[in-house]
Amino acid sequence: MVKFDNKEALESYIQELQAKAQSPDKGLISLCSGPGCIIHNSDKIRDTLTEEMEKHGIADKYEIRLTGCHGYCEQGPIMVIDPGGIFYPKVELENIPQIVENTLVNNEPAEKLLFKDPATKKRVAREEDVPFYKLQTRSIFGKNRLIDPNSIDSYLAVGGYQSLAKALFEMKPKEIIAEIKSANLRGRGGGGFPAAIKWDSCSRHKGPKYVICNADEGDPGAYMDRGLLEGNPHLIIEGMLIGAFAMGSHEGYVYVRHEYPLAVANLAKAIDHAKQYGLLGEDILGSGFDFDLHISKGGGAFVCGESTALMASLEGKPGRPRAKYIHTSEKGFRDSPSNLNNVETWANVPLIIDKGAQWYAAMGTDYSKGTKIFSLVGKVVNTGLVEVPMGTTLREIIFDIGGGIPKKKQFKAVQTGGPSGGCIPEQFLDTPVDFDELTKLGSIMGSGGMIVMDQDTCMVDVARYFIEFLIDESCGQCNPCREGLKQMMAVLTRICEGNGKQGDIELLEELGTMMQKFSLCGLGTSAPNPVLTTILYFRDEYEAHIYDKKCPAGVCKPLFHYEIDEEACTGCTLCAKKCPQEAISGEKKEPHEIDQEKCIKCGICYDICKFDAVAIR
Amino acid sequence: MAYNNDIDWEKIDDIIDEYSSDKESLLMILQDINELYNFVPPETIPVLAQKLNVPKSLIYSVATFYKTISLEPRGKYIVNVCTGTACHVRGAEKIIDAVQDNLQIDTGQTTQDGLFTLETVRCLGCCAAGPVFTVNKNMHGGLDRSSAINIIDDYKKNAS
Ligand SMILES: Cc1cc2nc3c(=O)[nH]c(=O)nc-3n(C[C@H](O)[C@H](O)[C@H](O)COP(=O)(O)O)c2cc1C
Ligand code: SF4
Ligand code: SF4
Ligand code: SF4
Ligand code: FES
Repeated sequence: MVKFDNKEALESYIQELQAKAQSPDKGLISLCSGPGCIIHNSDKIRDTLTEEMEKHGIADKYEIRLTGCHGYCEQGPIMVIDPGGIFYPKVELENIPQIVENTLVNNEPAEKLLFKDPATKKRVAREEDVPFYKLQTRSIFGKNRLIDPNSIDSYLAVGGYQSLAKALFEMKPKEIIAEIKSANLRGRGGGGFPAAIKWDSCSRHKGPKYVICNADEGDPGAYMDRGLLEGNPHLIIEGMLIGAFAMGSHEGYVYVRHEYPLAVANLAKAIDHAKQYGLLGEDILGSGFDFDLHISKGGGAFVCGESTALMASLEGKPGRPRAKYIHTSEKGFRDSPSNLNNVETWANVPLIIDKGAQWYAAMGTDYSKGTKIFSLVGKVVNTGLVEVPMGTTLREIIFDIGGGIPKKKQFKAVQTGGPSGGCIPEQFLDTPVDFDELTKLGSIMGSGGMIVMDQDTCMVDVARYFIEFLIDESCGQCNPCREGLKQMMAVLTRICEGNGKQGDIELLEELGTMMQKFSLCGLGTSAPNPVLTTILYFRDEYEAHIYDKKCPAGVCKPLFHYEIDEEACTGCTLCAKKCPQEAISGEKKEPHEIDQEKCIKCGICYDICKFDAVAIR
Repeated sequence: MAYNNDIDWEKIDDIIDEYSSDKESLLMILQDINELYNFVPPETIPVLAQKLNVPKSLIYSVATFYKTISLEPRGKYIVNVCTGTACHVRGAEKIIDAVQDNLQIDTGQTTQDGLFTLETVRCLGCCAAGPVFTVNKNMHGGLDRSSAINIIDDYKKNAS
C-alpha cells in the first residue's frame, strides 16, 4: 500500500500510472454503469464481455472499466473502446460477440452497431464525432468515462490530486482565494453567488471551521450532482481539500441524499482510498495540513438543500431554515464558521487551480464564467447530462445537442431552475444561458435542471404540480409560505377541475407577490416563480381553462375528451386492442369510435395511434 | 426483513455504536433502523432517547420531518413511484393510477397482506429512463401502464 508523505512521491507515482496507461499494448473498454444504465443490464455486459474476450484469448489486452454516467443517457448503456474512441450506444448482451470480433480482434468498427446520426443517416464511429458530444465542452464531466470511481489510481492517472499538491506547496491560502476570485467562479447550486467572496469571508473568521458540500440535489429533474459524485468522487474531495486549505478548515461534510445510494457508496470508498494514500487525514502529503471528511445522509427533504436548513440537518435536527441575519460563514454548522458549496462548484476548483483563472475565465459570458452541466430531460430526443460553456443558447442545447422534440411534436416550454425556476417559451430560445439572462426571463439557472415540455404538457397543470411539490416540501414554519402555497393550490386546483372563475389569475399574481416579499427562506420567496412565469407566458392557456372550460393540451381530465377523427383513422385496430377499458369499437379498416362512458382518459390510444387519428377535444 | 414485534436489539445496538452514540447522527441512525424493518418501530424510540441522551420529542420531530423515515409499519415491498418533473411530464400520474388500481390501495397505504406499500418520491435521478419506480432498491424504468402492472405482478408471484 502506498502512502505519500511528500509531493514528489505522489508525482512520480502519477507518472508511473500514466506511462502504464499509455502503453500501446493495452486498450481500454469503458462501460457506463450509472443507475439509469443498470436498468439496461450494464453489469451483465461486463461478464459477457469478459467471457467473449477469453474465448478469443485477448482478455489481458484490454482493461474493462465500469465508469459513472457518460452523459448520453438516452443511448445507454454506452461502450467506448480505446484506442480510437469507438462508440457503441445501447449495447445489448447479444451484440457483444460481434463487438469483440470486429473491434477487439480485427480492429474495425462493427458498422451496424455504431451510432446512426439521425440528421445525416450516416454511421458515426468515434465518440468525439457523435453530434451530442461534438457540440459540448466537457471539461468537468468528460473525465467520467476515463475513471473507475472505485479506483483512486484511475483518478490519479488523469492527473488527479496534482492541483491539491500545487495548492499545498506552491500557493498561499490567500493566493488560492485570489485565483478563484479572478476565475470568477460562481456557485452552481442555484443562486450563482461568487465562491471567492464566501471563501474569503469564512477564512477571516476564527475558531474551528467547516467546509460542506451540498449534494442534496433536491430539484426534481436534475441529476448532474449525482453523475459527478458517482462517477468522479475524488474530484469533489480534491476540490473540498483545496477549499479547506484556503479557508483554514480541518473538517468537512458531504451532505448527500439518501435516494442516491450509489453516490454514497462510491464516495465512501473514495474517502477510504484517499485516507490510505495520505491524501486525507493528518499531515496530508507531509504538508502539515490536516483534513477529515465525513458523509451525512439526508432524509429526502427539499428544504434541506437550503444552507441553514442543511446545517441544522447535519446537526441531527429537523431541517428548518433560519433567518440569515448572521451569515453561515460566521456562524453556521455547530455555530462555527462554515462554507457551503454545491458539488459542481467544488468540482470546478481543481480545474481552476490546475489550468489557471485565465484559462477558466476565457470560457463563458461577461459575468458567468466556465462551463455548466445541465440535465436535459423531459420531452427531448437526447436526454442526458450536457456540459457547455456559459452563454450557449437554449436552442443550441435543446435542439442541436438535445436533438429537439420527439415524435414530431411541437416545443412548448423549457422549465429551468426546478421549483424555484420558471417556464421559458419558444420566443426566448435564442437566449444565451447564464445566471443573469435566465433571471431576466423570470426563471433562474438553479442547479441546471432543464425540463423540456411539448404540446402535450399543460402549463396550468405544471404550475399546480410545482405548488403541490412545494406544499409537501415547505417546512411550514412561516405563514406566507405555508398559507400562500395552500391558497395557490386551491385556486390552481379549481382551475384544473374546470371551476376557475374570473379574477383567479389576478389572485394568483397577488398571492405570488406577497410570498416573494415576505417568506423567510428561498423556498418560499421563489415558490411563486413557476406560477408567475406560466401566467406571464401562457396566460391564454389559463384563460382557456377558466373561460372556455378547455384544457388545450389534454391533461386536465375534466376539461377534455378523446375522439377519433374519422378522416385520419385507417381502422388499424391497434387502439381497440390496447384500450384497457374496451371503450373503442369499430371494424377493421373502418373508422373506430370511442365510447365516452367507458373511457377513463388514460391516453393509451392517443399515444399509440400512428396516424394521429386520436384527437383531444 | 419482516417485522413481527420482536426487535433484534443487538442489531439496534450495533447501529448506535457505529455512530458512537453521537446525537448529531440521529437522522442516520433512524434511517438505518428504518432500513432494517422498513419503518422505525416505536419501541426503539425510548431506547434511542436514552442512549443518545436526547429528548423523545426530538426523535419524533426528526422522524416526522424527513420522508425517508416511517413510524408506521410498511410492506415487504415498497413501491416508490418517481413524481419528479421529468417523470411527471412523461406520465408518472398514469403509473400511479395503474399501481393503485392493481394493488387496490391509495398512495401512502399498505396492502392488507402486508406485501406492498405504495409511495411517491421526488426524483430518483434517473430521469432519462422516466417514468421510473423502485421496488425496494430495484429500479424499473421506461414504464407504461401495462409494464408497471406486469412488474408488480411478478413481485406478487415471487412472494407467493
Ligand atoms: C429550498 C432550497 C433548496 C436548495 N437546494 C439545493 C440543492 O439541492 N443543492 C444545492 O447545491 N443548493 C441548493 N440550494 C442552494 C443552497 O442553499 C446554497 O445556496 C448553495 O448550496 C451554495 O452553494 P454554491 O454557492 O456553490 O451554489 C437550495 C436553496 C433553497 C432555498
Ligand atoms: S419560506 Fe417556507 S420553507 Fe422557508 S422557512 Fe418559511 S415555511 Fe419554511
Ligand atoms: S390506432 Fe389510430 S388509426 Fe388505428 S384504429 Fe385506432 S384511431 Fe384508427
Ligand atoms: S383514453 Fe384510454 S380508456 Fe379512453 S379510449 Fe383511449 S385507451 Fe381507452
Ligand atoms: S424525475 Fe423521475 S427520476 Fe428524475
